[in-house]
Amino acid sequence: MPGYEDTLAGLYEVLKPYAGDGQVLHEETELVADLGLDSMKSMQLLLEAEDRFDISIPLNILPEVRTVRDLAGQIHHLTIPR
Amino acid sequence: MALLRKFHQLAEAQKALGEGGGDPFKVVVERVISPTEAVVNGRRTILAGTNNYLGLTFDPQCIEAALTAVREQGTGTTGSRMANGTFAGHMALERELADFFGRKSAVVFSTGYLANLGILSALTGPGDVILLDADCHASIYDGCRLSGAEVIRFRHNDVGDLDKRLRRLGDQTSKSLIIIEGIYSMLGDRAPVAEISALKREYGFYLLLDEAHSLGVLGKRGRGLAEEAGVEQRVDFIVGTFSKSLGGTGGFCVSNHPELELTRYISRPYIFTASPSPSVVASTRTALKILQERPDLRSRLWANAHRLYEQLQGIGLKLGPEVSPIVAARLSSKEEAIAFWMGLLECGVYVNLILPPAAPNGDSMLRCSVSGAHTTKQVDQICEAFSSVSGSVFTSREA
Repeated sequence: MPGYEDTLAGLYEVLKPYAGDGQVLHEETELVADLGLDSMKSMQLLLEAEDRFDISIPLNILPEVRTVRDLAGQIHHLTIPR
Repeated sequence: MALLRKFHQLAEAQKALGEGGGDPFKVVVERVISPTEAVVNGRRTILAGTNNYLGLTFDPQCIEAALTAVREQGTGTTGSRMANGTFAGHMALERELADFFGRKSAVVFSTGYLANLGILSALTGPGDVILLDADCHASIYDGCRLSGAEVIRFRHNDVGDLDKRLRRLGDQTSKSLIIIEGIYSMLGDRAPVAEISALKREYGFYLLLDEAHSLGVLGKRGRGLAEEAGVEQRVDFIVGTFSKSLGGTGGFCVSNHPELELTRYISRPYIFTASPSPSVVASTRTALKILQERPDLRSRLWANAHRLYEQLQGIGLKLGPEVSPIVAARLSSKEEAIAFWMGLLECGVYVNLILPPAAPNGDSMLRCSVSGAHTTKQVDQICEAFSSVSGSVFTSREA
């Protein structure tokens, strides 16, 4: 099972196309305020993250996700076998 | 001040819409003439975005039934069925709906939106899982939120993606509800209901099919996609609306599961709102009868759908993937869609303007819905208007 750091590294890969030229991603990067993700882009990002990590991300988690760290944490939690 | 700050961005967006020559969402239908015509901006206009698939809003029998009900029972019920009581008409409509679909029971709601809120929030709760097609209607998304269940989207009409997500759920699939639509409201395409319902054998989930746009439109008897695909027995719950092919207002759910009757005691959108008014119940019952007695209305609808789809395709417009009474033209930008929509209105044709994020994939679209009441001449006039406006809009794109 991958650790949190592996998940974070994988998430950076998924997020790279959403970042602006020269924009450096870090755990505190905000998905809406910094990356400008609107509702459509957020849904697309989730689909790509689901494929990358082979998980289904429930829509219910969205209100709790603001930063890259929040999303990485949720994804990491979902990769733990239930 | 802080409370209302979030409206600033919206106000700017609304202002920008108006700068193009008038806010499209402020257009008023000044006088309705028939199921297919109205006066808009002082001009006689063909209505090509009404969802009035069978054209029953002006049916003499439906109007007479509504008038009689108003005279005999008054204008409204003034409260919910739980508090103010169930009217005999509510019971009769539910029985007739159940019989029409060949199901044990039916529950009627005050709108189609409330039907999805009411059924989804009653059927599922925390600990359950809902898997919904990504292109499902907003009422389904809102019903999912109200339920408290875990909500997972699968890619639109992608059975492989759904299968993958079911596999991930493991033994949770037995407490899962899958939600799909008969005809999707944006692009007019059907759900692959035969393939999806076939997965029930392996995973044991429950299946809910929203036939809002397919009731009276698909199937030999007009019962919708499940009938057309021959899989009615595999669908656990069918939800629908009275506000499209039946020309009224309201919604319903039918099922063979006895638990449907019990939802009346826990469904807040059923309990805490006024029940359908007698005139609406009466016109809907009559419309349901006509839907069954007049298959010719469905034949005319489909002839018109083919005519519109093929002609618009001939103009070179980018349409939805299959012929359907919903014909959606996808445009390259919001500005182009607004200009096109206004051009059509000036030509005397009203269609639905759909802007992001309402349409799939962030598209901007012009959505037509065809009626069996449209004449061939009207369908041709709609196509001529599209052809004429596309010339000017696409020329300015290239310039």
